[in-house]
Amino acid sequence: MTKGSVRFDNVTKRFGAVVALKPLSLDIAPGTLVTLLGPSGCGKTTTLRLIAGLEAPTDGRILIGGEDVTHLSATYRAVSMVFQSYALFPHMTVAENVAYGLTVKRVPRAEARERAETGLEMVGLKGFGERLPSELSGGQQQRVAVARAIVLEPEVLLLDEPLSNLDAKLRRQVREEIRQIQQTLGLTAVYVTHDQEEAMAVSDRIIVMKNAEIAQEGTPGDLYDRPNSAFIADFIGDANLIDVEVTASGKETEIELLDHRLRVPLSGVSSGPAKMVLRPHQLRLSREPGPVTLPAEVGYAAYLGNSVQYTLNTPAGQVFAIMPPTANPFRQGDNLHLGFDKEDIRLVPA
Amino acid sequence: MRRTAGLWLLIGLAGYALLPWYMVTGGVLSFGWLGDLSGEGASALLWSLSGRTWLWLPLFGFAGAALVLALKRDQLQTARGLVASGAGGLALMAGQGLVILGHGTRFGLAEGASQPGMGAGALVTAAGLLFILTTGISGLGRGRGDAFITGMVGAIVALVGIFVFYPMAFILVSAFELKGGAGFGISEFFPRFFAPEIWSTACFTGRGYCGAAMNSLILGLSTALGTTLLGLSFALIFTRTAFPAKKFLRVLTILPIITPPFVIGLALILLFGRAGTVTEFFSDMFGWEKTRWLYGIWGVWLAQMLSFTPIAFLVLIGVVEGVSPSMEEASQTLDANRWQTFRYVSLPLMRPGLANAFLLGFIESLADFGNPLVLSGNENFLSTEIYFAIVGTVADPAKAAILSLVLLSLTLTAFLAQRYWLGSKNYATVTGKADAGRHAALNPVLRWTCYLVAIPWAAFTMILYVLIVFGSFVKLWGYDHTLTTEHYKRAFGIVHRNGWHFIGSAWDSYFTTLTIASLAAPLTAAVGLATAYLLVRQKFFGKDAFEFSTMLSFAIPGTVIGVAYVMAFNFPPIELTGTGLILIIVFIFRNMPVGVRGGIAAMSQLDRSLDEASITLGANSATTLRRVILPLMGPAILAALTYSFVRAITSVSAVIFLVSARYNMATSFIVGRVENGEYGIAIAYAAVLIVTMLLAVLALQLVIGRRTLRRADRIEAH
Ligand SMILES: Nc1ncnc2c1ncn2[C@@H]1O[C@H](COP(=O)(O)OP(=O)(O)OP(=O)(O)O)[C@@H](O)[C@H]1O
Ligand SMILES: [Mg+2]
Repeated sequence: MTKGSVRFDNVTKRFGAVVALKPLSLDIAPGTLVTLLGPSGCGKTTTLRLIAGLEAPTDGRILIGGEDVTHLSATYRAVSMVFQSYALFPHMTVAENVAYGLTVKRVPRAEARERAETGLEMVGLKGFGERLPSELSGGQQQRVAVARAIVLEPEVLLLDEPLSNLDAKLRRQVREEIRQIQQTLGLTAVYVTHDQEEAMAVSDRIIVMKNAEIAQEGTPGDLYDRPNSAFIADFIGDANLIDVEVTASGKETEIELLDHRLRVPLSGVSSGPAKMVLRPHQLRLSREPGPVTLPAEVGYAAYLGNSVQYTLNTPAGQVFAIMPPTANPFRQGDNLHLGFDKEDIRLVPA
Repeated sequence: MRRTAGLWLLIGLAGYALLPWYMVTGGVLSFGWLGDLSGEGASALLWSLSGRTWLWLPLFGFAGAALVLALKRDQLQTARGLVASGAGGLALMAGQGLVILGHGTRFGLAEGASQPGMGAGALVTAAGLLFILTTGISGLGRGRGDAFITGMVGAIVALVGIFVFYPMAFILVSAFELKGGAGFGISEFFPRFFAPEIWSTACFTGRGYCGAAMNSLILGLSTALGTTLLGLSFALIFTRTAFPAKKFLRVLTILPIITPPFVIGLALILLFGRAGTVTEFFSDMFGWEKTRWLYGIWGVWLAQMLSFTPIAFLVLIGVVEGVSPSMEEASQTLDANRWQTFRYVSLPLMRPGLANAFLLGFIESLADFGNPLVLSGNENFLSTEIYFAIVGTVADPAKAAILSLVLLSLTLTAFLAQRYWLGSKNYATVTGKADAGRHAALNPVLRWTCYLVAIPWAAFTMILYVLIVFGSFVKLWGYDHTLTTEHYKRAFGIVHRNGWHFIGSAWDSYFTTLTIASLAAPLTAAVGLATAYLLVRQKFFGKDAFEFSTMLSFAIPGTVIGVAYVMAFNFPPIELTGTGLILIIVFIFRNMPVGVRGGIAAMSQLDRSLDEASITLGANSATTLRRVILPLMGPAILAALTYSFVRAITSVSAVIFLVSARYNMATSFIVGRVENGEYGIAIAYAAVLIVTMLLAVLALQLVIGRRTLRRADRIEAH
């Protein structure tokens, strides 16, 4: 293993009776940006703090760059962290904040100043060095925090919901900047967020967590295309989950959906009840019935400019669909037929 | 871990082999012992070789550590080995010290041997063993594997153990002493503990006086409530109003804290006593009856309010300042008016400060000795009862010990109640997310309430002090008001005859007091704030017990501590009576709780992510403490330094037992003058002390200043 990799070996963390992490193993390749994604309280921050060395694991081993750092204190780990609250030192100027990590490492003054300057330039804050953090806007403070973390050229950069305090526009801009810096410097970065769009946009890989363990991990495409559970399907991109029965499996799978029987090109699915995953934009609506269609009544229609969103009532439950705008959109109360391609169907355990 | 342990091994060994093991005459820093290396100045190594074989014992600890470091490679095994060696070495060392005393041995061991008290060599050896132990503990993964943290915990535990628990053990043992020297037993303990003379509530039913504990309890609650409210009023006036004379008020709030004991009581008597100036005035003008109302619980309360309000103020000002303006602004934008903002946002955020101020006021009041001594009249209070049980005509150490336990149980209850009330809420308001903005101004009703409460009190204080100055310049206050500088000449005379001579009678104690106070203050602040840091920021096994033990010395009245120190440190293994060191030590451990409480209040307002950011940026705990936490703790440090400096100069109860001819302190000198009826000199000396402390406090404020989190600390205009 090389510089910048992170590895958990059956790491557990308990706070008294609270289990914050069930035995968890993960591998993060050097130079990649990996996102920890999941609902509130699932253990994302805890995982990050374990990598940083701010918490000690109850059990298991942590390796950074191939070295066992389980008992190494945070000070000596080549890891920097960007905190959700920024944690800028209020009594130091921006330049002093950014140079802090260098000065405590006894980097000569002139060099520290220069590198801090470069760091500030990188985040687009050249010339702000003499200000106090209280004299910056939220977005600027956020970038100072990033600059402070990267001037140390850490092996691993940790970011705990770094954008949660910014507005939507700024969020997109800063997250692109962070991604760019990460790629320019070739850093390994672990990024915590609970915004799946943000995760999809910046990550090489995403680790989705739920209830103190990993629910699924993979590239954004993997997770979107091959969810392993209803939770993932719903969490990563919107999904319609429709109850079906798997009646035969093998090279192809046969499913029963209401009174239809379909053969779908999926292998290795076990028989029994399951959920069918269909993305909103994979659905078709027409006034005419087709070979495989369900009757659907438009419950609600929202015109969004570049698309129209429909909430449909079908015998299989409520379904959400997104259509390109047409000259003659459907209206609330219209009775339609809902169609889809067999190839788009994904199955997850019920 | 290996490097740190190795370093302490070398330091410890050097102490063992090179420094004089026992106390040397003139002190180790005089280096007189260098001329007598085989006699008094001999190291433990030399003593062991020349017959005191028990001194080989500590060496086992070092040998163990050296073996572990040389042979073991595995981290966990090394750590366990170091823990065992360090602990073993310390135990052996303590064992030989406790068994072989100056005048013989205990428990029938090593008959015939004797040795003097431990000195510098023993200190360094013990430190070496202790830090080998704590480094080992950090290697086991405790304290996040940080040897600095475990070392700090270890050092504080050891110090508190030796200088609080060890002497208290002597007192405790005597609580179970039977009457008439019949040995020890539990049979008399409970009847005496719950005796009506301690707990009686007769004063409520109007059938006599209350017990000492009842009086102390009522007094403590009233004083704590009063000082907290007054302190809060002052703190609010300072931070949330545009009051024009803030500087002047500030000086006034500092004055009482720098006033030697007895002075306020004395001034009150000279004003409101039966023959007091004010009493005389009203009696002459309106024919009011001269009463003794001042002598009793309300007189003591008045004196305590005057004495202790500044402590509450010092605790509260840092907290009130620390409430983040953006939270107040947030509240106002949510359409809360100024009163609602104060009531539902600012006040709850000040809760830790209020709770700490209340606790301090309560404990201060219970342990106060000077004011009840002069003003208690016929009522009894615990602290004075303890004093009289020890120095009274029939000395009764058992009674003193039992009363101390009563006192302790009261302060302990207050302490637990405070913990319960604060709960585990997070009060961080300096979050590292910088905020500009202004503190909300008080609503007018509240502002005027503050003014109305605080300004009369300030005026009263001022009058009192003008009178004290006046009293020092007249022949005999209350009787002969001829102006004179006689008192100052006698106390602080200087003549110029072949150089300067300080011939005044007070100079000696004055210089001693200043030296000891300047040495004790930074040490007290350091120990107190270090403890606060550990308590707020670190997790370790036995933290609650640790916190409690550091607060304990505060709950023990000075008289008890004084007696306990005399009993414990009058003979080997630790022989300190008669030295200046014992005074410094007693101040550190008496005053450190204030540093701890102030530090806790200030530190719980600093968001934890600030330290964590520093740590992940590669700073170690020590650097983080120095570069991030300390600079943000300006007010708390100032408070701790000021308080401990001033308390070292003004405290009397413990000091009275510990002064010696060589190291006499100002307060005990003043007590002597008061006892002789020389009020003039006493008050003149007090005035000089007040001026000295005032200058020192102002200098401290200039040096440490205030933290600059916001470019301008503005206050909203009205
Ligand atoms: N110091 C602590 N003491 C006790 N329990 C804790 C502590 N820190 C975290 N936990 C618990 O561990 C679990 C995981 O917490 P964590 O902070 O990792 O969640 P998270 O995924 O970061 O959530 P969020 O998205 O809300 O930040 C939670 O149930 C939390 O209550
Ligand atoms: Mg979190």
